[in-house]
Amino acid sequence: MTGDLGSENRTPADKAIIRINSLSKNFGAIQAVDGVSLEIQAGEFFALLGPSGCGKTTLLRMLAGLETPSAGSIVIDGEDMSRVPANRRPVNTVFQSYAVFPHLSVLDNVGYGLKVTGIRAAEVRDRAEAALDLVKLEGYGARMPDQLSGGQRQRVALARALVKRPKVLLLDEPLSALDAKLREAMRHELVNLQETVGITFIIVTHDQEEALSMADRIAVMDRGCVRQVAPPAQLYEFPTNRFVADFIGSVNLLEGIVSAVDGAEMTVQAALLAAPLRIVQDKRFVPGTKVWVAIRPEKINMTKLETGPTLRLDDNNQVEGIVEEITYLGDFSIYHVRIADRPEGLVKVAVPNFDRATLRPFIWEDRVILRWNPNSGVVLDS
Amino acid sequence: MARQRKHPLVFWVSALPPSLWLFGFFLAPLAIVWVLSFGEKRGLIDVEITWTLANYVRALDPLYLGVVAKSLWISGVTTVLCLMIGLPVALGIVFAPGRWKPILLFLVILPFWTNLLIRTYALIAVLRTRGYVNFTLEWGADTLGLPFEPLALLYNNAAVVIGLVYVHLPFMVLPLYAALDRMDKLLIEAALDLGASQLRAFVTIVVPLAVPGIISGVILVFIPALGSYLIPDLLGGTDSQMIANVIERQFKRANDWPFGAALSFLLMYLTFGALAIRSVLAKGDGGLEAK
Repeated sequence: MTGDLGSENRTPADKAIIRINSLSKNFGAIQAVDGVSLEIQAGEFFALLGPSGCGKTTLLRMLAGLETPSAGSIVIDGEDMSRVPANRRPVNTVFQSYAVFPHLSVLDNVGYGLKVTGIRAAEVRDRAEAALDLVKLEGYGARMPDQLSGGQRQRVALARALVKRPKVLLLDEPLSALDAKLREAMRHELVNLQETVGITFIIVTHDQEEALSMADRIAVMDRGCVRQVAPPAQLYEFPTNRFVADFIGSVNLLEGIVSAVDGAEMTVQAALLAAPLRIVQDKRFVPGTKVWVAIRPEKINMTKLETGPTLRLDDNNQVEGIVEEITYLGDFSIYHVRIADRPEGLVKVAVPNFDRATLRPFIWEDRVILRWNPNSGVVLDS
Repeated sequence: MARQRKHPLVFWVSALPPSLWLFGFFLAPLAIVWVLSFGEKRGLIDVEITWTLANYVRALDPLYLGVVAKSLWISGVTTVLCLMIGLPVALGIVFAPGRWKPILLFLVILPFWTNLLIRTYALIAVLRTRGYVNFTLEWGADTLGLPFEPLALLYNNAAVVIGLVYVHLPFMVLPLYAALDRMDKLLIEAALDLGASQLRAFVTIVVPLAVPGIISGVILVFIPALGSYLIPDLLGGTDSQMIANVIERQFKRANDWPFGAALSFLLMYLTFGALAIRSVLAKGDGGLEAK
């Protein structure tokens, strides 16, 4: 995570393998996907991230050819594939439930896609075995699917899709059925595998941690629309709207109005706070714009308010509050600090637990001061 | 401890009535018929059990073996036709929209609500020379200005097969539906995604996964069809009599109970043979029974 966040991207070639143009899909009155346009680069590890029901799986199924778009087009590697059936697309899918054929051996499962396209039995066998090696299932060829664990079945599904050497591999929530430990190991393995085979991976997930840790770029979806497309760090540090800021990680949102703009610095008068907030960011808004200031909990510095008037109320990006709730999470704790006597007047502050002591640095009803840097906040207008 | 002592009692109380029922009304009459098959006719109504095998030897006469072969052939054709019609029907119900499924299944079992005899007479009305099929064909030929000769649809082997397929189709559709409905529909999408055509996906994924249902359906159609009596009697001609019609004649008109009993048991041994072949096949297929 060093250097410019925007170019922290493992894809050197700027060649779009998939172009999605204002793609829509509705099921009756339900608009599942609403005018999505995306470009996905060759060799990229791309993630479609969003809450359940946001349309990400429908979008993936349209890429696979298992769902027909209501409007818009899909161009894969320069060819319009919008109306091409699934079995004639250079795309293969790893399904959420794996969909391993229960009546075929592991080797026959992996070789299925080659066999149906009329490849010689000997070659099918060789390539299927090579694919099994790739997913570390060498020697499992003769087993039946019901003799495999969930993780192994997923590897079969992966090998079965990769053996066809697709231009794009689609993965629908591939890790959701695995237990926590295996899931983390599989994340690294999928990233390594993608680097080995060099195929474009598009993964659908609702797990932001999964998307942030694996993908080169992430498209955040909400109610059928793409809300932001960016590399993970940029998505986290520079969300462009409240939905993304709120969905990725945890965030405090303070409503306010831009009161002044001075060079790189903006001044926002937050409704909850007496003192104005100072924010430094590239994107600027004209004074008078209604905005939200997003501040991540870990970017707030919290200190105990010593007795005596140490707080100068005219200081910007500084506010006094009272600790109301503490959530212990092991590696760090989340403190809910009341800064105003209103329902939305609670601010989350993440404090790493440096000391091993079970004694907390702050306790309930502690009076504290919260401070943050002008470049820690992000001003959003939607 | 109390539970352990209670268990045998629960077992006996619940198992005894059906066991007695089965023994009294199924096994005992069956045993009587079996014993009768080793008897000899004495006079008009008396039968003496002499443990002779003459009835079985007579049953193996080419005349009767021909009827058995014909029965096997007609039942076989019926089963194949039921499978060919039943598989698309079952698939159609499985992939029908959710709210249609109960209605379609209801339509499949609806004929059971009518007596078999009435349904068979209705078929006569459909198939006879001045029946609905011929009326429709005549109307079609008249419209097109073609000469029309009524088809002989009744009182032949074809009529028997049509009747048997009609009656036994639900017994094929229901187990097929059960097997196909259990199948993960995603498997078909996976096959298409991997490049298989619709037909290829059907042959390589759907049919193999429907095998337990196909086996159940084949047994449920073939065995009752083999022993069917009413349909060949009403719809068949003189040369389309099946083994059950011959057995009926021995018990009634010919009044030769020992020979009728021997023929019955010959049919039963055939059925057992078919079931034995099936269980051997099932074992070879890696225990489909386990499903």
